[in-house]
Amino acid sequence: MAAENASGYIQHHLTNLTFGQHPVNGWSFAHTAEEAKEMGFWAFHVDTLGWSVFLGLVFIFLFRMAAKKATSGQPGGLQNFVEVLVEFVDGSVRDTFHGRNPLIAPLALTIFVWVFLMNFMDLIPVDWLPMAAAAITGNEHLFFRVVPTTDPNATLGLALSVFALILFYSIKVKGIGGFLGELTLHPFSSKNMAVQIILVPINFLLEFVTLIAKPVSLALRLFGNLYAGELIFILIAIMFANGVVLGGLGVVLQWAWAVFHILIIVLQAFIFMMLTIVYLSMAHEDNDH
Amino acid sequence: MNINATLIGQSVAFFIFVLFCMKFVWPPVITALRERQKKIADGLDAANRANRDLELAQEKVGEQLREAKAQAAEIIEQAKKRANQIVDEARDQARGEGERIKAQAQAEIEQELNSVKDALRAQVGALAVGGAEKILGATIDRNAHAELVNKLAAEI
Repeated sequence: MAAENASGYIQHHLTNLTFGQHPVNGWSFAHTAEEAKEMGFWAFHVDTLGWSVFLGLVFIFLFRMAAKKATSGQPGGLQNFVEVLVEFVDGSVRDTFHGRNPLIAPLALTIFVWVFLMNFMDLIPVDWLPMAAAAITGNEHLFFRVVPTTDPNATLGLALSVFALILFYSIKVKGIGGFLGELTLHPFSSKNMAVQIILVPINFLLEFVTLIAKPVSLALRLFGNLYAGELIFILIAIMFANGVVLGGLGVVLQWAWAVFHILIIVLQAFIFMMLTIVYLSMAHEDNDH
Repeated sequence: MNINATLIGQSVAFFIFVLFCMKFVWPPVITALRERQKKIADGLDAANRANRDLELAQEKVGEQLREAKAQAAEIIEQAKKRANQIVDEARDQARGEGERIKAQAQAEIEQELNSVKDALRAQVGALAVGGAEKILGATIDRNAHAELVNKLAAEI
């Protein structure tokens, strides 16, 4: 990587391995960032999807293994670990979510562990996996991003899924009328019919922004934190190629930032989970606020 | 940094994982957790109960022990009393017997004494008569002087 210049290096690290329909090349992998852009919407970030699905499978496999052997007797090591997480998530859900919905807790657990695992990829030195992938495929310029949560598609995908659940449960619990009423009759209301009609669009504007802000903030918070963290790791990695002094400093910085990042990745996973619970809890509340 | 169909894939994967977690991961783990909680609670309860039982039993044992001690003391007391009584009785009996024997002996002695006195008196009477005969040189008509002689004998 030392041969490239710094901006090229960064650019390379921030480009996904994209597979899609290129106007000229047809269905193929994009060779440059521009080509990826030209593919438009119907393209897939193979690295993001691959890693996130792989990490999801790791989660499922680990937890399924523990669940299959779960006993109420003396738990083994894996079961202990899983139980700690399950109990933690269960407690968080019970503190925040007061309805009865069997989906919420597993949903929260999946989000927490999966997002944590995806974030965790950030702690692996930025060049290891891309270089390994390049060596395996023989393509030195292979784009390969290993942290799915630094891809806005991944975080937006999660956030939109949560958003869909919010809409679903809002309508299921409150009914279409109740949901629309919530969107249009708050926060301003009036006994006077004419005034109320004027207030409806204003209310709708405010409430709609509030509603839309939920998935957007969910997605961008996670993405922003992880993207920034990744970028700093990349910047530190550039130092390694610039002499002993800078390289030595880079080692120290890499270590310090990684330690700090441990906090961030757990915190972001927790925040994503917690906000999901809170939003869904709000969707279940049928009272006028 | 393009927004593309990746997010659809991500959403699909997400829902599949969530569903799998909801069906196959969460229920067994949470069931095991709840069961263990219940078991522990039951175990603690049982331990408490056993403790209480033990306390009760200990109390009972103490009470019984105290009762037994009291009973033993009573029995010993009674036995002592009885022993004293027996000794007293024996002593009284012995004393009575001794007195009886003593009285009998005295009576016997008195009887003997009386009979000896009578014999002596008769002999003295005879001696006196003999002496008087010798002194008077004449035979004293025994029958005539019997009254006198007897009077003498009685005086001796």
